Amino acid sequence: MFASAPATPSVVLSRHPSSLLWRSTLIFPSLGFRSIPSFCWRNQQLFCNRSSPVSVQQLDGFGMDYNPESMDAARIVRELRNTFRSGLTRSVEWRLMQLRSILKLTQEREGDIKEALAKDGDKCSFEAFAGEGRRSILTLLLFRSMQIFVIISSCKLALKELKKWTAPQKVSTTLATYPSTGAIISEPLGVALVISAWNYPFSLSLEPVIGAIAAGNAVVLKPSELAPATSSLLAELIPLYLDTSAIRVVEGGVPETTALLEQRWDKIFYTGNPRIARIVMTAAAKHLTPVTLELGGKCPVIIDATADLNVAAKRIASGKWGLHGGQACIAADYILAENSIASSLIDKLKVTIQEFYGKDPSKSSDLSRIVNTRHFCRLTELLDDIKTSDKIVHGGERDEKRLYIAPTILHDVSIDSPIMAEEIFGPLLPVLTVDSIDEALELVNSRPKPLALYLFTNKKDVKEKVIAETSSGGILINDCFLHFTNSNLPFGGVGESGMGAYHGKFSFDTFTHKKALLSRSFGGENAARYPPYTASKEKLVKCLLEGDYFGLVLFMLGLKS
Amino acid sequence: MGDNPESLDAARIVRELRNTFRSGLTRSLAWRMMQLRSILKLTQEREGDIKEALAKDGGKSSFEAYTGEIGVIISSCRLALKELKKWTAPQKVSTTLTTFPSSGAIISEPLGVALVISAWNYPFSLSLDPVIGAIAAGNAVVLKPSELAPATSSLLAELVPLYLDTSAIRVVEGGAPETTALLEQKWDKIFYTGNPRIARIVMTAAAKHLTPVTLELGGKCPVIIDSTADLKVAAKRIVSGKWGMHSGQACIAADYILAENSIASSLIDNLRATIQEFYGKDPSKSSDLSRIVNTRHFSRLTELLDDIKTSDKIVHGGERDEKRLYIAPTILRDVSIDSPIMTEEIFGPLLPVLTVDSIDEALELVNSRPKPLALYLFTNKKDVKEKVIAETSSGGMLINDCVLHFANSSLPFGGVGESGMGAYHGKFSFDAFTHKKALLSRSFGGENAARYPPYTASKEKLIKCLLEGDFLGLVLCMLGLKS
Repeated sequence: MFASAPATPSVVLSRHPSSLLWRSTLIFPSLGFRSIPSFCWRNQQLFCNRSSPVSVQQLDGFGMDYNPESMDAARIVRELRNTFRSGLTRSVEWRLMQLRSILKLTQEREGDIKEALAKDGDKCSFEAFAGEGRRSILTLLLFRSMQIFVIISSCKLALKELKKWTAPQKVSTTLATYPSTGAIISEPLGVALVISAWNYPFSLSLEPVIGAIAAGNAVVLKPSELAPATSSLLAELIPLYLDTSAIRVVEGGVPETTALLEQRWDKIFYTGNPRIARIVMTAAAKHLTPVTLELGGKCPVIIDATADLNVAAKRIASGKWGLHGGQACIAADYILAENSIASSLIDKLKVTIQEFYGKDPSKSSDLSRIVNTRHFCRLTELLDDIKTSDKIVHGGERDEKRLYIAPTILHDVSIDSPIMAEEIFGPLLPVLTVDSIDEALELVNSRPKPLALYLFTNKKDVKEKVIAETSSGGILINDCFLHFTNSNLPFGGVGESGMGAYHGKFSFDTFTHKKALLSRSFGGENAARYPPYTASKEKLVKCLLEGDYFGLVLFMLGLKS
Repeated sequence: MGDNPESLDAARIVRELRNTFRSGLTRSLAWRMMQLRSILKLTQEREGDIKEALAKDGGKSSFEAYTGEIGVIISSCRLALKELKKWTAPQKVSTTLTTFPSSGAIISEPLGVALVISAWNYPFSLSLDPVIGAIAAGNAVVLKPSELAPATSSLLAELVPLYLDTSAIRVVEGGAPETTALLEQKWDKIFYTGNPRIARIVMTAAAKHLTPVTLELGGKCPVIIDSTADLKVAAKRIVSGKWGMHSGQACIAADYILAENSIASSLIDNLRATIQEFYGKDPSKSSDLSRIVNTRHFSRLTELLDDIKTSDKIVHGGERDEKRLYIAPTILRDVSIDSPIMTEEIFGPLLPVLTVDSIDEALELVNSRPKPLALYLFTNKKDVKEKVIAETSSGGMLINDCVLHFANSSLPFGGVGESGMGAYHGKFSFDAFTHKKALLSRSFGGENAARYPPYTASKEKLIKCLLEGDFLGLVLCMLGLKS
């Protein structure tokens, strides 16, 4: 629709891409990443090798020829706010047109998107062994197709349901306000900011944007600088397909994100990790901006003796190594298996790994590689920890050049080892044995609330117990990650795994203010509400407020004192 | 309950409540119902004590004490008791071909240990209404009543342990030091009623622990009135929505009026007549008018009145008596838009009436300011109603009356922007303290080999059909007819 319109140039940043990346990954390694071994951020200070703090001045020494000042975040917000005030984005026609354009963008540019995703998901393998060309073609294909599918189906759903979603929702009224009508109006919040993540850089960017547009907001998208190909593709395509007077892409890393967060937004939607989420929410607090925080966490798998181990092993393997090599916020993080079946489960997992990825998984084209060297090091450090290294019962092989780590199973690692303390976000799967479901629940409940919890059992009472006695963003029984695909279910975390939810109508709701509307006429005056107050007026109002029709009638007949 | 900051061990209280929560006690429906019944009992049995405390704290009349506080809690309890089973029941959702066979539901689970920080103007209902939501949702809860309504605060601190289960429900009295100590703890939910300045502190504290917040704030609630309104009725409803709301000391009290030129004078006349009708020739003698809460607020309000830009705009009232903390119902006409009275929330018995040429001018003015908690519109024109509904943003909106939308528990009550975030009342109170957990349930059957590696082109096609709900394609795939 807007392809031919002369697009307002989206934000042009004068920057040196590599130095920008260098700096942002150093200072805020977790705008997309969870943590790294060589640098970490504690008490507002950056520590190198977990020892001495690194000053920002030191880091500023790394040749920076980009200029954060060239991005005028305040001007962008001002322009978008003007557009929002004009009422343009409130019109349902405009919303539908933009949603259709996102659909068109996704369908027409499927090839470009897949290429960008391949570059980002594969960035380091390209760098490390560019000539080899033996990448996990179909895994990546599925990984890319999945993201494209998610956006296509979200667009289609929003296009189909938007009229219903935006319609005022009638509510019943009470005797106290008789005669009146009541409704809940879904109104846009205003100008929204979406900060996206690197692991699913296309769908995690556009899906919240779909929600923001469907709800009638103007929106700025900040894609992850750690998926640069997808980020720049989005920055190129969005102005071509969408209305730049209301929808913008701002590329960049920490300085740009900081500049954006200083502005007053009407909504901030952040996908990433709990540490940056705290920074986002603190920034939001300055302007009383509501936030949706989509974070991660250690998603446990609980499995008892009644589970079908053959099926469970397949579903767990596909919910671990089949999800971008475990680099997904809802990937299975660790298993709590009942004593009696732990060994048998591990055997089944081993068989399944071989069935899925062959005798030598390093030769499989279906396994994702680790996203970059930093994460590779982080993961091998987890494996090589003194508490962990002798617990490997399967896999453990690695090849730094190819950023490959084999599907790895660890048995009964210590609960206080690093691998059990941080989100793994990679192809390592600890299996812990427990004596009972109660022990498993105690362990799960003593830790931060995860984004997803997976339970494998055939026992009804165990299902009920785990549903009732654990807390997690979502819970899936007898499978992994598939709850993500149901747009009738809210997708979002609780506690350390986030707040707020999206997908389907929940995406619309998360960018919407529910305005209470009560409508009366000038009739129906009731003198009892007005001063001077008397005891009998108070009684009458009491009947009205408490919906006591009988008392009201008695009162009016003068039979109640 | 000691309010000596040193004696307040906030960490210990949270630890104890967290233990109770972990034990599962508060999740039990029976426990929740019992506590709700006890709040009802407390309110009904102690109505006299409560009214007395409210009179001490702000000179609230018995009528207002009932309508604004006691009645609110009674009906909230009753509603929660009646609906709780429905609210807590899993909400079934339909599932898709992708996960066939499966069943899906949304589970309402308690968040954990909640903190409720209440305000002084409706110190009883603003304390217990959120607590009802927290308990109904199965949480443990700490209530911090406002230290600026000391009688009600200490009454709550006395009564809550008598009626409710102290292993899960606590009252902590105190001011800034106690609140600060409380805010340092990790909560699973913070529900704050008050002003935007403190709300920012609360949300910043919450961010440290990723705690979700509901912020119930205020703002300048405008009244827009056009020439088609019934001025007599409108005047009564506005007066009762201003001076009848604790003398304007309510977050949803009318703050200022935007009246169409042609009716402004006539509206002011009607307001004057109504004030006299409601409060007599000398309102200082009326027992139906609340007093200003304290000297600080009294001075703030008189300063607003005495501002050089404002003092000559008084067209009614303006009398004051510092000893009795009394300020007469006061109307000001056409004060400057940049005078202090038009830049801060008035929260008192002063009512500026501004004239506008058109509804458009009114909307422009309203939209250029922070979003209010409530917006009141008086008109008989359908298109004006539609326009104002669509083109303004506010927590709630009420057409042809003031305040009454508050009384409908089917409507969410809460602000937007500077007037707050999140909502409560009725089921919304329950939801404010609830996590909506997605549940998908499958059996071990229904295995579909196409999901698993090694991936092939035909597997990808099959998955595509499954994901897109393409039944026909799926059948063709399975029959090997689709390549």
